[in-house]
Amino acid sequence: MLPDTTGGGRVEVTVHVNGVPHSATVEPRRLLSDFLRHDLGLTGTHVGCEHGVCGACTVLVDGEPMRSCLMFAVSAQHHQVTTVEGLAGADGGLGPEQRAFVECHGLQCGFCTPGFLTTVTAFLRDNPQPSAEEAREAISGNLCRCTGYQNIVRSVLRAAEIRAGRAADCAGPPAGQPTAPPAGEAVG
Amino acid sequence: MSALSERPANPVVGETVPHESAALHVTGRALYTDDLVARTRDLLHGYPVQAPHAHARVTRLDTAPALAVPGVVRVLTAEDVPGVNDAGIKHDEPLFPSEVMYFGHAVCWVLGETLEAARLGALAVEVDYEPLPSVVTVREAIEAGSFQGAQPTMERGDVEAGLARAEHVFSGEFEFAGQEHFYLETHASIAQVDENGQVFVQSSTQHPTETQDIVAHVLGLHAHEVTVQCLRMGGGFGGKEMQPHGYAAVAALGATLTGRPVRVRLNRTQDITMTGKRHGFHATWRVGFDAEGRLQALDATLTSDGGWSLDLSEPVLARALCHIDNAYWIPDVRVNGRISKTNKTSQTAFRGFGGPQGMLVLEDILGRCAPLLGIDPADLRRRNFYTEGQATPYGQPVRHPDRAVAAWDQVVQTGDVDSRRREIAAFNAAHQHTKRALAITPVKFGISFNLTAFNQAGALVHVYKDGSVLINHGGTEMGQGLHTKMLQVAATTLGVPLHFVRLAPTRTDKVPNTSATAASSGADLNGGAVKNACEQIRERLAQVAGGRLGVPPADVRFEGGRVRGLAHDTDEIRWADLVTQAYFQRVQLWAAGFYRTEGLHWDSTVFRGEPFKYFAYGVAAAEVEVDGFTGAYRTRRVDIVHDVGDSLSPLVDLGQIEGGFVQGAGWLTLEDLRWDESDRPTRGRLATQAASTYKLPSFSEMPEEFNVALLEKAHEEGAVYGSKAVGEPPLMLAFSVREALRQAAAAFGPPGTSVDLASPATPEAVFWAVEQARARAAEHGHVAEGFPGMVPPQPNGDVPRYHPRSERPPAEQHALSAEV
Ligand code: FES
Ligand code: FES
Repeated sequence: MLPDTTGGGRVEVTVHVNGVPHSATVEPRRLLSDFLRHDLGLTGTHVGCEHGVCGACTVLVDGEPMRSCLMFAVSAQHHQVTTVEGLAGADGGLGPEQRAFVECHGLQCGFCTPGFLTTVTAFLRDNPQPSAEEAREAISGNLCRCTGYQNIVRSVLRAAEIRAGRAADCAGPPAGQPTAPPAGEAVG
Repeated sequence: MSALSERPANPVVGETVPHESAALHVTGRALYTDDLVARTRDLLHGYPVQAPHAHARVTRLDTAPALAVPGVVRVLTAEDVPGVNDAGIKHDEPLFPSEVMYFGHAVCWVLGETLEAARLGALAVEVDYEPLPSVVTVREAIEAGSFQGAQPTMERGDVEAGLARAEHVFSGEFEFAGQEHFYLETHASIAQVDENGQVFVQSSTQHPTETQDIVAHVLGLHAHEVTVQCLRMGGGFGGKEMQPHGYAAVAALGATLTGRPVRVRLNRTQDITMTGKRHGFHATWRVGFDAEGRLQALDATLTSDGGWSLDLSEPVLARALCHIDNAYWIPDVRVNGRISKTNKTSQTAFRGFGGPQGMLVLEDILGRCAPLLGIDPADLRRRNFYTEGQATPYGQPVRHPDRAVAAWDQVVQTGDVDSRRREIAAFNAAHQHTKRALAITPVKFGISFNLTAFNQAGALVHVYKDGSVLINHGGTEMGQGLHTKMLQVAATTLGVPLHFVRLAPTRTDKVPNTSATAASSGADLNGGAVKNACEQIRERLAQVAGGRLGVPPADVRFEGGRVRGLAHDTDEIRWADLVTQAYFQRVQLWAAGFYRTEGLHWDSTVFRGEPFKYFAYGVAAAEVEVDGFTGAYRTRRVDIVHDVGDSLSPLVDLGQIEGGFVQGAGWLTLEDLRWDESDRPTRGRLATQAASTYKLPSFSEMPEEFNVALLEKAHEEGAVYGSKAVGEPPLMLAFSVREALRQAAAAFGPPGTSVDLASPATPEAVFWAVEQARARAAEHGHVAEGFPGMVPPQPNGDVPRYHPRSERPPAEQHALSAEV
C-alpha cells in the first residue's frame, strides 16, 4: 500500500502576501514556496536546493527571513509574508536594496537574487550601518553559484548608503578589499 | 586593427553597464522556464521512475498500477516513442532504457494532473530488475578494460629521446574528482502542441538547436516542426549543453500524446542523481626536466570517467589533451586519452570542458616535482613559459605569450608578492603548528570550439519605423552577461544609445542551426553575427543619409543616435528621422547576420591543427594558511590579473572572473562527489546528493582579500571589438589555491618536501598531506625518480584513435525526402 501523503484532504489557507490577503485550498503539506509560486503565481521566489541550505527561497514572515521551502503554507496562515515582489520602494520604483544589486552587478543568473534581497532587507532594517564584516556575516547563509560573492557584499554596503541617502556609487570596495569594478552606471 | 576588432568613437561597448535583466531580477519579474507553470493552463506534470541499481536489466515493467492512482493521466514508456528512442546524438543513450546503466536511471515517466499525483504514480509503477555487475570507479574501469569512444593520441617529437636526454625524470599517478554543476535552477522544460501540430518547447537549455534536433528525432518529426525557446537559465556552466535534451523530449512526447502542455522539471535530488557532471580523471605520467628545470618531455595517459554514455566525453577529452601544456613549452610530448565507461551519470560539459582537467595534470606534476628539483615552484613555472615562435604540441603557434608574462609581472608587483613571501617565511619559522604559503599560477586557454564547424553563428536584427531596434541571436543567457554584451555590440555598430535596443528571447525559429552557448565563445560568435547584421542595415542607411547630407555614404557617421557627415560642420539627422525616411524610400530595415571564425582548422585523426582563434591568459597568486592539527585552512588573499582583450563590458567581465575563480576553487578544494563504491545494494548511488552533503563555496570560504584587475593593452585583433572570451578561463586561476595548500602542507616537513595532495583538497585531504610532509618527507610522496620510470599504458591499436562519426555530421540524419 502506498503511503498516503496527501494528508487526507485539503484545507483553506489565507496568507497575507505583500500586504494583500490571498486564500487558496491546498493540501496541508503544501510548501509555502510552492504555494507562493504555483497557487499565487508569485514566481519571484525561487527554489534552489529545496533543502533549507541555499536561501534562494527566503521570504520575510512578519519581517523575519524564513526559508519558504522549509515551511508549510498553513504555518504562514494569518502571518504577513513579504516576497521579492513586495520590496519596491515607497514610490513604487526600486527599493534601495534592489537598486544596489542592479548598480553593483550583484547578480548574474539572478536565481539567488530574491533570497539575497529579502535577507538583506531585514538585515539593513535592523543594522542600517553595517561594516563589511557584518555584511558578509548577514548573507553567509545564502548561496550563489555565479558571482563569487564580491559584488553581493558591495551591493549590501551600497544599499546601506542608499538608505542613508548618500549619493556615492558602488565603486567603493568592501572594506579591506582594495580593488573594485569601475563605477556602476545609473539604472535606465 | 582589423575591421572586426576596430571600435568607433564613443562606443557603447566597453562601458560599464548593469546586467540587461537586472531590474527584472531584483523585482522577481524575470521569468525562468518553470515560472511559466503558473501561466499555463491544463498543464500535466512529469515524474520519473528511477531505478535503484547501478546496472540491471529491466525484466518487467507494469504501468497499470500507476494508472489506477487518482490524477495519473499516462505513463510514458519506450513503446510510445514514434521516432528514435535516444536522448543524444551518438545513439548510445536510450531515453527509455531496457538496461539500467546507473543508479537513479529513469526507466519511464508518469504524467499527472498534479506533481503529487505523478509522484505517487511513479511509486506505483512496478518494475522488476535483474541486477548486473557494475563498474563504478575509473580504476575499476581501467582494470576491466571498460572504455568507450575514441582513444586519441597527441604527439610531437620523440618522447623517449626527450626523457632519455633529460637530467631528471619523474613519474607518478594522479586521480582527481569531477564536479556537480549545481546551477541553482534545475533542469526544466515545458512542451505544448500548437496549431497544426507545431511542437513548442520552452527549455532551460544552452543549446536550443540541439534540443530541437533531439525532440524532433524522438518524435519522428523534422526540425521545422519543432520550435525551442530559452528565456534564460538560472545558471548553466555546461550542465545544460547536452543534458536538457532528453527531458525536453519527454515533455514533448507527453504533450503530443495527451494534447496538453507537459512540464518536466527535475527536483534537486533528481537533478543531482540523474544529470552528468564534470569528468573526474585518472592520469599516469612521466616527465623530464633539464638541469635548469626546463621541461624536456611529457608522456602521459589520461583516462576520463565518462559515466554510462559518451555524451560530450570525446570533445571534453580532446580539450583536455589540448590544454595539458597550459602555458608551458614542452619539446617532446606524447599524451594518450581514453574514456572509461562506468555505471554513473553521463559526465558532460562543465566550464572549461576538459581544459581544466588537462591543465591540472601538469600543474600537479610541477607542484610535486619542484621540491625534488630544488627549484621554487614559482620559478619553475615562470622559466617554462612559452616564448614567441613556439607552438603547442598540436601545432598551433602560441600568439602573444608575452601576455602571460605581463600578467605575471603585474600580479607579482601589485600583489607585493616578494615582500609577502619574506613575511610568510618569517611567519612559518615562528609558527610550528600553522603554516602559510603563496602560490602563483598561470592560465592559457584556447578559444573556439575544437571542432571547426561549430564556430559559426547567426543573428536577426530589426529596425522598426520609429527607430527602435530589436535583436535576436543564437546564444543563450545563463547569467554570463551575453545578452548585455550583444545589446552593447548592436548599439555600438548602429551608433545609437543603448536604450534604443531591445533583445528578444533565444528561439530556434528566429535564428536556426546555432551552436551551443559554450566554449566561452558566445560573445565572439554571436557578437560577430549581430555586428554583421547591424552593419548591413547601417550601410543601407548611410546611402539614405549621404543623399540627404550631401556627403558620400562612406563619410556618414552614426553616433549617439545622431547621423552626420565626417566633417564636423555638416548637418545632423536624428536616427529615428533617418529610419523613417529610409522606410518611405523602401529601404530594407532588417537583416540576418552571420559570422564564422576565420583561420581555424583541426584534424582530429592526427590531433593537429589550429583549432583556436586565440588564447586567453591570466595569472593568480593565492596565499593560504593551514592549521597543522586539523588541516583546516583559509585563503588569506588572492590577486588576479586576467586578459579579456578590450573588455566589451567591464562589470560583466569582472563578475565572470570572480565567479569563475570561486567555482574553480570549489572544484579543487571543497566539492566532494562521493559515490557508493561498496558491494552493498546501494552500490553506484551518489551519496552526496544535496546541498547539505555536497559542499559548495559560500561566503565563509571567500578570500579575505580579493583583488581582480583586467590586463591592460590587451586588444585582440581576431575578435569582435577587440575583446576576448571570458566565461571559462578564470576557473583555472584557482590552481593557485590548490598549489598554495600543497606548499603550506609541505612547510610542515623539512625543506624540499614533495607532497601529494588529493583533489578536492578538502581540509581532510590537506590534513593527510600535512601528515605526509611530517612523516614521509624523505620519500617524496609517491613520485618515482629515474628513467624509464612508470611507463603510462599505451593504446593497443584495436580502438579508433578518433571516432569519425562523433566529430562529423550524423550521416543518417532524418533528412526530408523529395517524395512527400
Ligand atoms: S530552496 Fe529553500 S533554502 Fe534552498
Ligand atoms: S547569480 Fe546565479 S546563483 Fe547567484
